[in-house]
Amino acid sequence: MSGQPLLIFAAKAVGILAVVLTAATYATWAERRVAAWIQDRIGPNKTGPFGLLQPIADVLKLFFKEEIVPSPVDPLLHFITPGIIMTGVIAATALIPFAENLTLADPPVGVLLLLGISALSGYSVILAGMASRTKYSLLGSLRAAAQVVSYEIPMALAIASVVLMAGSLSLVDIVKAQSHLPFAITQPIAFIIYLIAVFAETNRAPFDLPEAESELVGGYHTEYSSMRFAWFFAGEYAHVVIASALITTFFLGGWYGPGPDGVWWFAIKTLFFVYFFLWVRWTYPRTRYDQLMKFAWKVLIPLGLLNILITALIKIWG
Amino acid sequence: MKINPYFVVLLMTVVGLVIAYGVLAISMFLGKRNPYREKLNPYESGVKPGRWDYKANIQYYLTALAFLIFDIEVVFMYPWAVKVMDLKFFAFIEMLIFILILLVGYIYIWRKGGLEWQ
Repeated sequence: MSGQPLLIFAAKAVGILAVVLTAATYATWAERRVAAWIQDRIGPNKTGPFGLLQPIADVLKLFFKEEIVPSPVDPLLHFITPGIIMTGVIAATALIPFAENLTLADPPVGVLLLLGISALSGYSVILAGMASRTKYSLLGSLRAAAQVVSYEIPMALAIASVVLMAGSLSLVDIVKAQSHLPFAITQPIAFIIYLIAVFAETNRAPFDLPEAESELVGGYHTEYSSMRFAWFFAGEYAHVVIASALITTFFLGGWYGPGPDGVWWFAIKTLFFVYFFLWVRWTYPRTRYDQLMKFAWKVLIPLGLLNILITALIKIWG
Repeated sequence: MKINPYFVVLLMTVVGLVIAYGVLAISMFLGKRNPYREKLNPYESGVKPGRWDYKANIQYYLTALAFLIFDIEVVFMYPWAVKVMDLKFFAFIEMLIFILILLVGYIYIWRKGGLEWQ
């Protein structure tokens, strides 16, 4: 970022990008293995050792699949929408502080920039339904729009109390403020609100109503096939990886940990939360939509506001 | 030398655009294409697909309106959260008044049933 040769910077950027994209690809493998393990099955185990080559085989297969553009869709929007999530995820990697000297960009208003970038995935989901112009897609994207928008507020409130604790909007400063105690301990309510909201933001179970297959077929990506479908699918897992990295950054002290600090602490915490996402998905049933929305508006938002006021009061007195 | 952090974010956004749409463009040319009328129908289990001009539940509209109000409020909180330690109780009272005004609207939405889903 500052005072380092351009070549080293480029190497870091390429390295971080490769690691994040590989992690997103292998999250699909992990999902299938964890699901199999929880349901007492074996899961993919034929392609390579432990089925480790399965994601590569899947990507290659999807690459060569026929691309069906159904007759009612808007062809241009149908092409544009699948790429939005991936673009947002890759842009977000620039801001995440993986380690003290492994941060590509640390602008003074990093948190705001990050919130803006992560809101892009909402557009992808909403536009997918508009581009498809079919019943199931439209229903799925309407649900997704209302859900993502509603949970954005408690999420932003939780981050606001983190900003209050750190006194800065820079992500590196937020991690440095947690060098002694992570915010998960000093801000437990914000941590829980954020954790719940993130599940709704990534459209993951138990809040995966936009793609509830028992009622909406595939939801917003019903009419997508081939690589266009793959981008939605990979985008969801990439979003999970980024969301886990953000939980680590905001609440678990990033690269700090007992023993030597470093990028491995960041990796361990992030991987734990990726596993946590999978664990929850295969353990909890899907919630009802009205309950989901009521929970955001009637529980999480008042709780978030109250938490901010109490935090401010303690900070001023303390 | 020092690189502008905003430029880095822009650069990564461009990289993301190239990767995301490059792959989509390549996959357009790979794979065979054999479209015919039945295949291009929208998804439906065997019956004639319904029309897409679904009339949305009014609740989606109300949620969007409520979101606008609350989202602007949250954005207003960020600069406040950074500066609250400098301004101490003055900032706290200001935010308290701000939230109380908002609370009136919030209770109104709740009482009018704007948060209920059928």
